[in-house]
Amino acid sequence: MGYFNSFSEFLDMGGHALYVWLSYAITLGIFILNLLSLWFKKRAFFKLAKRQTKREQRSL
Amino acid sequence: MKINMPRWFYQLASPKWSYDIMGMLLPWFAIAAGLLLTGGIVWGLAFAPTDANQGNSYRIIYIHVPAAILAQSCFMLMALAGGIGMVWKMKVAHIVAKSAAPIGASMTVIALATGAIWGKPTWGAWWVWDARLTSMLILLFLYLGIMALYSAFENKASGDQAAAILTLVGLVNIPIIKYSVEWWNTLHQPASFTLTKKPAMPPEMWMPLLVMVLGYYCFFGFLLMARTRLELLERENKSSWVIAVINEKI
Repeated sequence: MGYFNSFSEFLDMGGHALYVWLSYAITLGIFILNLLSLWFKKRAFFKLAKRQTKREQRSL
Repeated sequence: MKINMPRWFYQLASPKWSYDIMGMLLPWFAIAAGLLLTGGIVWGLAFAPTDANQGNSYRIIYIHVPAAILAQSCFMLMALAGGIGMVWKMKVAHIVAKSAAPIGASMTVIALATGAIWGKPTWGAWWVWDARLTSMLILLFLYLGIMALYSAFENKASGDQAAAILTLVGLVNIPIIKYSVEWWNTLHQPASFTLTKKPAMPPEMWMPLLVMVLGYYCFFGFLLMARTRLELLERENKSSWVIAVINEKI
């Protein structure tokens, strides 16, 4: 595939597999954390807003 | 002194207008980020040629350099937004700066972590206290300090002011990062991309890097707009347009 002769050669990264894959894993992890924190923030906001709207409707 | 700015500048000051326009742009940035990042990673990892000196560990460049570039542009954006917020008393600008801080901090962490991992096979050490690495570490502490200031004040406007001042003071670190590889003897290699010179790499190597840089910027744009919109909802939660948004959602 691509520049490498085989998939196992690609995974091996010329003996630098640990360094290459570890960096890519950390980066992917931080990208996912960014998305998750956004998702949790959004969910928390609308959960609270929903509760407040219900309380206001009851007090009317 | 009164400076007249174009109309869109004042429209940006309106939370509702900003919320709506960002909502329209958001999906396009998400799609572009997804395509560019996927394409760039496959290209850089599997199709770009191997470096003659460093072997395949050089492929870390495709995630390291864009993160480092973005960590610095994000800081400059925050300084600009914080400055606009202070001069024109523009709440939306402060909210943009606040929303950018955690994203910038996470990019700095990526740059430092992947740099350390890349340093081990290339320099023989995970970390050296040289100018480029140290100034990037200071950038991370600045980000953390700014984030702490935003949340340290009961009054949000005071937090905005304090954080904007620290951002503007911290701006002095940006040229230090940029020129650290020229002013001091350092292990770190010089910039991969400059506006004036041709890259030192062949096109098969720098083209996927350019794709990754664009992908990182689009991902940043998406995250920044999404976070800004949420922060706008939180701060404006008493206004009628936010109540309308909430009623539509639930």
